[in-house]
Amino acid sequence: MSAAGVATKPAPTTKGVVPFLKIPKDGEPYLAGSKCSSCGEVVAGTRTVCGKCGARKGIEPVKLGTTGKLYNFTVVHRNFPGVPVPFISAIVDVDGGGTLKGNLLGVEPDPNKIKFDMPVKIVIRPVPQKDKDGNSYLAYFFEPKS
Amino acid sequence: MSNDVYVVGTDMIKFGRFPERTVPELGAQAALMALDDCGLTIQDMQALYSGNLFEASGGVGQRILREIGQTGIPVVNTANACATGATAFREGWMAIKAGVYDIVLCVGCEQMGTGLLGGAGGGKGIPTEGLLGSGTMPSVFAHVGLEHTRKYGTTFEQFAKVSVKNHHHSTLNAKAMYQKETPLEEVMGAEMISYPNTKLMCSVNVDGSAAAVLCSEKKARELGLMGRAVKVRASALASDPYTSRNIAMMDFNAVTRLAAKTAYDMAGLGPDDVDLIELHDCFATAEIVHYENLGLCKDGEAGRLIDSGATQLGGRIPVNVSGGLLSKGHPLGATGIANIYEVTTHLRGEAGNRQVDGARIGLTHVVGAGSACAVHILEKV
Repeated sequence: MSAAGVATKPAPTTKGVVPFLKIPKDGEPYLAGSKCSSCGEVVAGTRTVCGKCGARKGIEPVKLGTTGKLYNFTVVHRNFPGVPVPFISAIVDVDGGGTLKGNLLGVEPDPNKIKFDMPVKIVIRPVPQKDKDGNSYLAYFFEPKS
Repeated sequence: MSNDVYVVGTDMIKFGRFPERTVPELGAQAALMALDDCGLTIQDMQALYSGNLFEASGGVGQRILREIGQTGIPVVNTANACATGATAFREGWMAIKAGVYDIVLCVGCEQMGTGLLGGAGGGKGIPTEGLLGSGTMPSVFAHVGLEHTRKYGTTFEQFAKVSVKNHHHSTLNAKAMYQKETPLEEVMGAEMISYPNTKLMCSVNVDGSAAAVLCSEKKARELGLMGRAVKVRASALASDPYTSRNIAMMDFNAVTRLAAKTAYDMAGLGPDDVDLIELHDCFATAEIVHYENLGLCKDGEAGRLIDSGATQLGGRIPVNVSGGLLSKGHPLGATGIANIYEVTTHLRGEAGNRQVDGARIGLTHVVGAGSACAVHILEKV
């Protein structure tokens, strides 16, 4: 509270669109994952218990890879009002472990033009949307890896 | 005397859109129909198991009793995604199996509205639907289908044939939302929602309710209700076991295989023993993968199974002769018990012009996002 008794809002900032998109104070934004030292499973996001083997110790924070392969997709033609269509909803197996869902850009949204297992880059960039407090966001996207 | 549990009464309302009615009114209607089916009253029931998803915190079971008689019996309200109704049925089955009650009422009801279900985000920050892929149900089940395409080359046309079949079946079911043939070119030419699911390959959001009276063998004999009774040979419920892509891409396969194996083992039966199946065709793509998940064919053969006509009425193993969720409609909390009604009706030989001839064993399957899968196996007595 300020001296006048009026709540002060924190100044708008830039955030990750999901909690595991981390923006370090110094250094490049990255996607955070967790690796279980008991079973070796790597997943997106921060975990304290391994979903695969149930281990409660030895879950190491890791940075997810920045490349991967297209496991699966769909071309979305109908969505909620305000969501631009068509777009490609893609499932990508990240090199080094973990699987992500996201938009595949730079490919025509035509099922015949999209190849299973195509190599992709995972890129992080700002999006135009802001939340009600004026905060800006970074999101991750997939692009064909040339 | 065995500790087997029997369905002695069951019914469902015709599925449709009833915005002027309340959820408990819909549930009460099916409850009274199921009681009438076995000539009993609410005074005969020892407990009520109610399934409803969208008013899960609203005491739907108690409100149903206000409509049909407040006898003071215990009420259990269940919510378990698209397995909600089947979970209510299973809770009732379990209570009788445990010897706590002899006779209980299970009711599933839902009021749906229209439009897309699902969608990612909506919590903190900015909405992620369309930004981080799509979480709408048509997209989630498009991923399910295209994973099968990736593995086995299953085609858009093969997925579409599921809708042609189930819409055809529903022309024989007066309780289905729709009774309309949809030729292949109409299914494939309908508005594309999420490839390969067109609008006619998405289940219909409808309002509906279904109910079943479950009874111990001792009580069924006492009441003289064994004549039309159907035995519950197996009841299985599973949550999704860990699979590596499950967080990004919901896995409805592992959870269905787990529940199916549990049910077949409990019944001492296999897929070849089953005469008809009501499975969770929330989207046309889903029916194809569940052919394999339920063991109707080997992995990779589901596309050829739909091509062969084996799953049509009159085929080797008819699937969704009610019209399925695709055409009968999918009121989430009611669906699991509506499937029980359909299979029971065939096992009683009372399914009229859609009767599966000589049906002795039937299987019901529902699977909901999150995930929850229930499989029941029923047997003609």
